[in-house]
Amino acid sequence: MSNQNLEETRDRYGRTLIQLARQDPRVVALDCDLGRSTRSYGITEVDPKRFIDIGIAEQDMISTAAGLASSGKIVFVNSFAVFLTGRAFDQIRQQVSLPKANVKLCGSSAGITLGADGATHQSINDLTLMRCLPNMSVLVPADGNQTEEAVIAAYRHVGPVYLRLSRYRLANFLPADCPFEMGKAAVLRQGSRVALVATGPVTAHALEAADRLAAEGIRPAVYNFHTIKPFDIPCAREIACRYETVFTIEEHNVIGGLGSALAETFCELYEPCTKPLLHRIGIRDAYGESGSAEELVRKHRLDAEGIARTVLEILDTSRQYRR
Amino acid sequence: MSEPRVEELELKAWEIRLELIRMFSFGKAHHFGGSLSCIELLTCLYFHKMRYSAQLKDDPERDRFILSKGHSVPAQYVILSMLGIFPMSELRTIKQLGTRFQGHPDVTKTPGIEAPTGSLGQGLSFANGVALAARLDSRKFKIFVLLGDGELQEGQVWEAAMTSAHHRLTNVCVLVDCNKFQSQGSVQEIKGIEPLEDKWAAFGWGVIPVDGHDVAQICRALDRVDGRNEKPVAIIASTVKGKGVSFMENSFKYHNCSLTEQEHRAAEREILDQIRSRKHVESES
Repeated sequence: MSNQNLEETRDRYGRTLIQLARQDPRVVALDCDLGRSTRSYGITEVDPKRFIDIGIAEQDMISTAAGLASSGKIVFVNSFAVFLTGRAFDQIRQQVSLPKANVKLCGSSAGITLGADGATHQSINDLTLMRCLPNMSVLVPADGNQTEEAVIAAYRHVGPVYLRLSRYRLANFLPADCPFEMGKAAVLRQGSRVALVATGPVTAHALEAADRLAAEGIRPAVYNFHTIKPFDIPCAREIACRYETVFTIEEHNVIGGLGSALAETFCELYEPCTKPLLHRIGIRDAYGESGSAEELVRKHRLDAEGIARTVLEILDTSRQYRR
Repeated sequence: MSEPRVEELELKAWEIRLELIRMFSFGKAHHFGGSLSCIELLTCLYFHKMRYSAQLKDDPERDRFILSKGHSVPAQYVILSMLGIFPMSELRTIKQLGTRFQGHPDVTKTPGIEAPTGSLGQGLSFANGVALAARLDSRKFKIFVLLGDGELQEGQVWEAAMTSAHHRLTNVCVLVDCNKFQSQGSVQEIKGIEPLEDKWAAFGWGVIPVDGHDVAQICRALDRVDGRNEKPVAIIASTVKGKGVSFMENSFKYHNCSLTEQEHRAAEREILDQIRSRKHVESES
């Protein structure tokens, strides 16, 4: 894989934003002094007036965005995911999600793969915070192509959307025939007995883990949930009925994200099936730290090797209980 | 700009107080003090300064009023109803399940409400957003924001004050209802905000102090927001919490509470006396 094919989802976000701003004069971007990192600054190529830097003031930015949206603008607000969703949570609650404002919250450098900056800048609970807000949609694109589709879907959707963007470099690994529909999960690989259910860039590692597990005689199915809300409940039910052991994989705290959403659905099943064992792979209620993205992913067992190892361990443990 | 009809506006303010007190006899606890202190400010905005009416309520060129101190929304409900946006009789449903008149401003439920507020400190930022949109669309309307003095303890207010000044949003005008009390005591005791005029001036605003119950002064100050002002304008209005009901005045105890039937009758009587004396003067002159 040549280095040129590697892409961070924030890069594709920036390019898609420019494209949307060209097509639609209502598109406006706000940022909090991080425009060159979040890639929102690119919109100045189209129209410098439609980029407004609010300075280091996330709360002010969110409420300003709500005001712009009330006047018919489609507002993309940008900051690191950790500041955007944490610092300005009350503004998002009162002035964005409650009145269904047409604001797109673009959380950049989400997860632990921001790397060197350490725990204060890594966002491990943004999905929890955004998922519990009524009227909010939550999208987590996995690669560049899916990012473009997610940004366009967010733009088309009238109402608030949280878009989780990553700093992690990877190739476009999703199959070209994988259509993007908000709220619809996709099966990337068929399998039996075991399913790996992933969201965001670590979906690539889930696919690679499935390859490694094949060598051990395990053929897991692999699913991608690019939409955490509205959650694809029919797909979640199908997963519950079809597999014995299910693993969720996310670069996020295991409390409140994809794993929690799936667990909630599994608990409310009507189908007369044996409920599968669910194990959540992610940050296990801990803070991040400084390190390279690759080192952190390895430490939290979110790389292919770590995922495969966890799968084998859990299968082994559960077999002991079944005896 | 028309000359303010001072007596007419004064009478209007007392009529608003009367409807407010009547509305407050329905339901349980209400925010009396801060609703009564801002009546003259709202009267001068809606009945003198703003380009606003029932017909204009969805017009993109209408002037906007944003109530950042959202707990005083009952006063705004009375005014919007006087403008004919909804019937006065419906106001008695305030805070009841299923009502259009929520405890704090809700843009999804009440026509004429421009911004979701209640959690304090967010109104000026919202107004800046509306002003930036107006600039992008080459519209000339003005945006008026009412803040409480206690509310100025919220840091976001000052983030927003910097944004308005930095982006030269001269069509934004702030009115601070300085009634000197907040929920649990006096502003000075809890966390002082003075020197207020110096603070706004230092943040790049033009500052106009007024007596917040003197309609002539308020109208004069508002008229200085005329499209030629070089800075956004902050009108610092000295007011009396609970204005117009003697036992509520200058106390934090009536910030949010319920009244006995007797207290209700006494409050209504005091306000009716004010209205009668003004009508009497009018008919004599």
